[in-house]
Amino acid sequence: MNDYQSVYLALSVILFSIGALGVILRKDAIVVFLCIEIMLGAVNLAFVVFSRANQSAEGLFMVMCIMAVAGAEAAIGLAIFVLLYRKTGTINIDKFNLLKW
Amino acid sequence: METSGLNFILQAAFWVTVALTVAGASIAVFPRNILYNVLGLALALTGIAGFYLFLGSLFVALMQLLIYVGAICIAIVFAIMLSRPLHMEALPRPRAKVWLGILGSAVFFIGAVSVALKTKWLPAAGHVYNSSQWSVQNIGNALLTRYELVFEVISLVLLVAIIGAVITAGFSRRISS
Repeated sequence: MNDYQSVYLALSVILFSIGALGVILRKDAIVVFLCIEIMLGAVNLAFVVFSRANQSAEGLFMVMCIMAVAGAEAAIGLAIFVLLYRKTGTINIDKFNLLKW
Repeated sequence: METSGLNFILQAAFWVTVALTVAGASIAVFPRNILYNVLGLALALTGIAGFYLFLGSLFVALMQLLIYVGAICIAIVFAIMLSRPLHMEALPRPRAKVWLGILGSAVFFIGAVSVALKTKWLPAAGHVYNSSQWSVQNIGNALLTRYELVFEVISLVLLVAIIGAVITAGFSRRISS
């Protein structure tokens, strides 16, 4: 399975690009959050592939950090979305331009 | 003969997982119905867990399944239930924005691919791969000795995040009124 490293890396880049496209395109705050999760997953995959290629376990700890941060982000982000919906009745991110000016 | 058959099955499973992951990511991004998006996310993340299995790390695969598929997808479903984005009006996407988005992610894609092609990859010197290094026992030992600080900081971050989430979503009405 060692010869598949380029496939893994290509897959990681493709997943990250799809996630980035979603972050740019979508208007729904929850879907934007979901696309960020896809991007984090792609980065995790690249970390594990490089860790395997370097015969070390240090990428795994990096992956653990990213997973924990993703979990924290999920808790805080989704709570903020629920709060925003309660206050404004929408979670369309184009409507939240208060801090823009 | 036996091993070649096994190899064929492994390769077939690998490419099926590749296809499922890319399809899941596409389903997670493009359809308008948000429930399809969540199901596609679960599919893509399960595929990534499969790649961790292929790479020989059962522990990370299980963590991926537990944290991403088990916790984050369920949290997203709860957020959908509580904020009802299903009733959001489907605005038409401006064509310029679609093309700009495709352009932006294509720029990243081309940049990353060209960097990967230009880099001279060297094999890790002098090491022999031993799967015992990635065993749960070794990871646990390293987490409680060398990476102890990382472990504690992660726990603290998670604790603060959970308390913050409870305060933000739970007590906000009382605070603001």
